Amino acid sequence: MVVGQTWSHHHRVRPNPLLTYMIRRLISAVVLLFVVSAVTFAIFFLLPRVAGATADDLASRYVGKTAGQEQIHAAAVRLGFTDPIWVQYGRFAKGIVVGSEYNTGVSIEQCPAPCLGYSFITQNPVLPDLLDRLPVTLSLAAGAAVLWLFGGVATGVVSALKRGSPIDRTAMGIALAGVSLPIFFTGLLALSIFSYGLGWTAQGGSYTPFQENPLMWAYDLLLPWITLSFLYAAAYARLTRAGMLETMNEDYIRTARAKGLRERDVVVRHGLRAALTPILTIFGLDLGLLLGGAILTESTFSLNGVGKYAVDAVANNDLPKVLGVTLLGATFIVVANLVVDLLYAVVDPRVRVS
Amino acid sequence: MSQPSPSPSSPAGPPSGSSADGTPAENAPAEKRSRRRREAPPSTGLDGIGGLGAAAPDTFLSVRDLRVHFPTDDGVVKSVDGISFDLARGKTLGIVGESGSGKSVTSMSIMGLHKPGTVTMTGSIRLGSEELIGAGSETVRELRGKRMAMIFQDPLSAMHPFYTVGHQIVEAYKMHNDVSTSVAKKHAVEMLDRVGIPQASSRVDDYPHQFSGGMRQRAMIAMALSCDPDLLIADEPTTALDVTVQAQILDLIRDLQSEFNSAVIIITHDLGVVAELSDDIMVMYAGRAVEYATAADVFERPEHPYTWGLLSSMPRLDRARTDRLRPIPGSPPSLINVPSGCPFHPRCAYADRTGGLSQSQRPPLDEKAPGHYAACHLTPEQRTEIWENDIRPTL
Repeated sequence: MVVGQTWSHHHRVRPNPLLTYMIRRLISAVVLLFVVSAVTFAIFFLLPRVAGATADDLASRYVGKTAGQEQIHAAAVRLGFTDPIWVQYGRFAKGIVVGSEYNTGVSIEQCPAPCLGYSFITQNPVLPDLLDRLPVTLSLAAGAAVLWLFGGVATGVVSALKRGSPIDRTAMGIALAGVSLPIFFTGLLALSIFSYGLGWTAQGGSYTPFQENPLMWAYDLLLPWITLSFLYAAAYARLTRAGMLETMNEDYIRTARAKGLRERDVVVRHGLRAALTPILTIFGLDLGLLLGGAILTESTFSLNGVGKYAVDAVANNDLPKVLGVTLLGATFIVVANLVVDLLYAVVDPRVRVS
Repeated sequence: MSQPSPSPSSPAGPPSGSSADGTPAENAPAEKRSRRRREAPPSTGLDGIGGLGAAAPDTFLSVRDLRVHFPTDDGVVKSVDGISFDLARGKTLGIVGESGSGKSVTSMSIMGLHKPGTVTMTGSIRLGSEELIGAGSETVRELRGKRMAMIFQDPLSAMHPFYTVGHQIVEAYKMHNDVSTSVAKKHAVEMLDRVGIPQASSRVDDYPHQFSGGMRQRAMIAMALSCDPDLLIADEPTTALDVTVQAQILDLIRDLQSEFNSAVIIITHDLGVVAELSDDIMVMYAGRAVEYATAADVFERPEHPYTWGLLSSMPRLDRARTDRLRPIPGSPPSLINVPSGCPFHPRCAYADRTGGLSQSQRPPLDEKAPGHYAACHLTPEQRTEIWENDIRPTL
């Protein structure tokens, strides 16, 4: 029998390839985060020096306007700007790994690991501030993700099955508008109509924690969810439509029909199942990206999330905050990547073996 | 599916079951195993021009004047333009032709797999007592997989990459049989074992990509036969396989056919494949049958110049190496603007011997010898002379 040779080696016992794969991916994720932190650090702490700014120039932003040369220099020493750059980075990295203590000028503060440093301006530690903001961004991203995933995929499937029909044209027209219009336009339009005009939704700026009142939580977030998911749903509808048009032409769809399966099963279990795989990848990355701060949405609806924190940090030149928010965002993206890769192995059996 | 179906030729039988409708084979399972009559002529009588008369009594699949047209922006594509044939249980029909001759479209029409709204089908396809043309899509769907099944050219792309082989067989079996998943899975293992998959009980949980090409086609056959269909259509079942595996798959199809007593249609461009398996052969060209006879007749005394061309272009081991194959010149015609007269005349070396008839009149599918039909304007004397002098010596 010709087939005799191929089957035996698949069933031989060997080290779990999935576990090896996971460990390899974890190590590379840590390395990647290290690189991100070094590059970000260099951009904010090294580049100004290369451009000619002295330690005192850097420190002068973080003392009062009336401060004299002496005070500025003292601040530069206290903030560590006078040390060589690798010493500064080493201190930052050490803070992340084992914790650190910071001289705020008034007192010495303990900052347990992982310590992302202290705000130069408010003197608050960065990480607890970030974690305070995270539930807002998390709520925003999770709610919007559910809406856009279901809405976008459903629209895409219907469009693909009714290709060329008025339904398809209308849906794709709206989707084109969706991907083209920026959040600060659709968001403000939605606010003016549904909130200020009709009074159906919250006016923005308010956030109720889920554990306090789930209904109010949803009420406050409804408009941001819809606005944010509209943008993504549009992209997902187009992706799903393209994917479905492709998979529904595959030979295995013909086989499924030849077996006498109901058309609904053919579409969902055979067509959509295959078309969803690439969408899953993009979904994971989009979600990871959003968790690092939905900057435009949070700003438009005055939500105090991670994105707003990032905007404030940049506006105030608060380097530790910028660094912290960048690292947090990078971590989400790296983790999302990892999760997507592992999920891919679950979803596509062909990945598992190779 | 836009035309109403022709009314059945005999009075409708009682609503339940398979009675009194010109298909005695259904009522005679005892007879099932014993019917393999290679020597018999095509199981029908022709009524002359281009069509067959009433189906022979043991016919299970009966196709009459089937036309499958696809309206497109460039014009109507007449993929199948009036073909008729009959097929009994336990018998194999080989449909042979180049790409675009309409052979796959024919099989997809029988299975009802054309996308609704893209096609107009007329004529009649009777499967047992069911008329398929004009039947509701739900009716045809329930017949698919259960009474008629199909295997395809490339078993890798024809199986879903994300589901195990077993799951895909279970899905087919459970669709048409009210059984639990564990019963269906047991059946899947039995089927895999039956088609020669070693260690079927563990291989059932493998994914298609873990199978070799030949095993995948075996698994496809297991899936197709899981509901014991009366009709199996194999569309180029060996084209994508290694040469070493092709013969095994053909043998398997033949063995299973005698075991399950199904009617089989083999669609291929490879005359070697049909020589191996078929009782009858229909040669298609430009959406029509140009020759229809028993396999023995087609190989021993082909009547149509196109069939001659197919035979001449077939590589053979017993031919001297210095001889060159003789391909048919030109390429298959457009199915939108089919050539006038005989559609094969632009490529036919003998078209000028018919006094202009080949260019102007479409030749009917006539009985040239008992049970041997061909659509050609050449006279019997001309055909005999050309076959004996020009063609046969070169084969």
